[in-house]
Amino acid sequence: MELVTPSIGLVFWTLIAFLFLLLLLKKYAWKPIMSAIHDREQYIDEALNKAELAKKEMARLTAQNEDLLKEARAERDIILKEAKTLKDSIVNEAKVQAQNEGAKLIEKAKIEIENQKKAALIELKNQVSTLSLDIAERVLRNQLQDKAKQQELVTGLLKDVELN
Amino acid sequence: MDCSHVFEFKVNRLIVAFTLFLAFFAVVPSVYAQTEAVDSAVVDSANVHAEKPSSEGANGEEKFDPTAVVMEHIADSHVWHVAGNFAFPLPVILYTPSGLEVFSSGEFHHGEADHKGKYNTYRLEEEAKGQSVSQNFFNKQIKVVGADGKVDEAASAEIMDFSITKNVAAMFLTVVILLFVFTAVATAYKKREGKSPRGLQSFLEPIFVFIRDDVARPNIGHDFARFMPFLLTIFFFILINNLLGLIPIFPGGANVTGNIATTFILAIFTLIIVNVNGNKYYWRHVFAPAVPKWMYIIMIPVELIGILSRPFALMVRLFANITAGHIIVLSLISLIFIFKSLAIAPVSVAFVIFMDVLELLVAFLQAFIFTLLSALFIGMAIEEHH
Repeated sequence: MELVTPSIGLVFWTLIAFLFLLLLLKKYAWKPIMSAIHDREQYIDEALNKAELAKKEMARLTAQNEDLLKEARAERDIILKEAKTLKDSIVNEAKVQAQNEGAKLIEKAKIEIENQKKAALIELKNQVSTLSLDIAERVLRNQLQDKAKQQELVTGLLKDVELN
Repeated sequence: MDCSHVFEFKVNRLIVAFTLFLAFFAVVPSVYAQTEAVDSAVVDSANVHAEKPSSEGANGEEKFDPTAVVMEHIADSHVWHVAGNFAFPLPVILYTPSGLEVFSSGEFHHGEADHKGKYNTYRLEEEAKGQSVSQNFFNKQIKVVGADGKVDEAASAEIMDFSITKNVAAMFLTVVILLFVFTAVATAYKKREGKSPRGLQSFLEPIFVFIRDDVARPNIGHDFARFMPFLLTIFFFILINNLLGLIPIFPGGANVTGNIATTFILAIFTLIIVNVNGNKYYWRHVFAPAVPKWMYIIMIPVELIGILSRPFALMVRLFANITAGHIIVLSLISLIFIFKSLAIAPVSVAFVIFMDVLELLVAFLQAFIFTLLSALFIGMAIEEHH
């Protein structure tokens, strides 16, 4: 029966030792250990949640970037198109202007040429008349060197006047 | 992956091992009879040659009593045996009606000498002379010796033995180990706050987490954190005591958790914690169960017995498991001495190794079961019924 009869000494010391152990470990071991484990777990959970959020944010940003890129591309295309139209219009305008200018210049040149021609003609006329007068004078001089011939001429001239 | 062939193989091996084990015991009685015959023959021849008495020879033929050896090993002791004739004397603390008496158990000289203390003379003595040696061998108690040199039973009944026995010393060792280990681990947690565990800390953390997530949380519920210190302490206290008990040499070998006094106190702790924390539903279940009023005459006593029987089962389970393990291991070793043959040693050692491995499992299992059931009882007591 000794085997199943608790002895007072061991009962007493077990009580003391276990109580002592329980209180000391509770204060100096289990509290810090369990709170540390708990805190770390929470930290890990939080970190995982944050990572998940960051991933989502990242995906969102990527999508946004893509959208922006698409928009930018579209805008670029529009701008390019606009620029092309503008260029074309400018070129066309320039062409038209150049043509107009050219036409004006040609017109001016024509007028000038006409003027010059007229002036030249007048001068030519004058010169021709002078020259012909000169020639005529010389011829007359030559011819009128004798009296008969002078007479003839005057008669001829008079005849003409009468005819008029 | 299909591993069933491995399992089958192992099962077969176990079956073979157990069959051999049983076959071995079937042979024992006949072998026993033989040895006894040899013994008596030897004794006869010794008697015949009485003219040349040899005390040494007589000692050599002393009958080996396995029960005595086993019981001595599993019982408590006032000295801590180390090796050979060397044993650590432990302090004896006696509470006598006249006052406290403290002296070293070395004064008894292995029970051969009386010690004259301040108030009485004490003798290390077996409990009852009427019992056979095997029953009372381990049963050494400190008795008061009267003036006539005889044990004074009346005076002996009045003294209380608060000695630091082998079990108490082993338990103190466990307490020191636990305090040392867990304060070190706690320091590691403080130093490496928020970082991954390392070394001893990482070895123990799975156990902490296991007890929290698989023992406390499912059984106790949301308020488990309050009981974690108790559950962890009781788990590691039982575990370390179990494991130290498996070490055959000093400072192990004490049968602390295999002693009913230890398991009694542990169970008392569970009992107190369960009943102190019991809520109104728990007490209503005990004193006003949902049965017809006339049934209370039966139900209330049954429930009260239930309150006591749960920790009682805890106490007996742990005590019986650990004691049984020690008894089996020691019995197997005793076989060598029963047969007086070295040839049996390999068989014995093989089975002892098998049993030791099994005991290793039991050491963890019993610590776990005690903790689990404590958690379960606490959970039952604080459960909210909506």
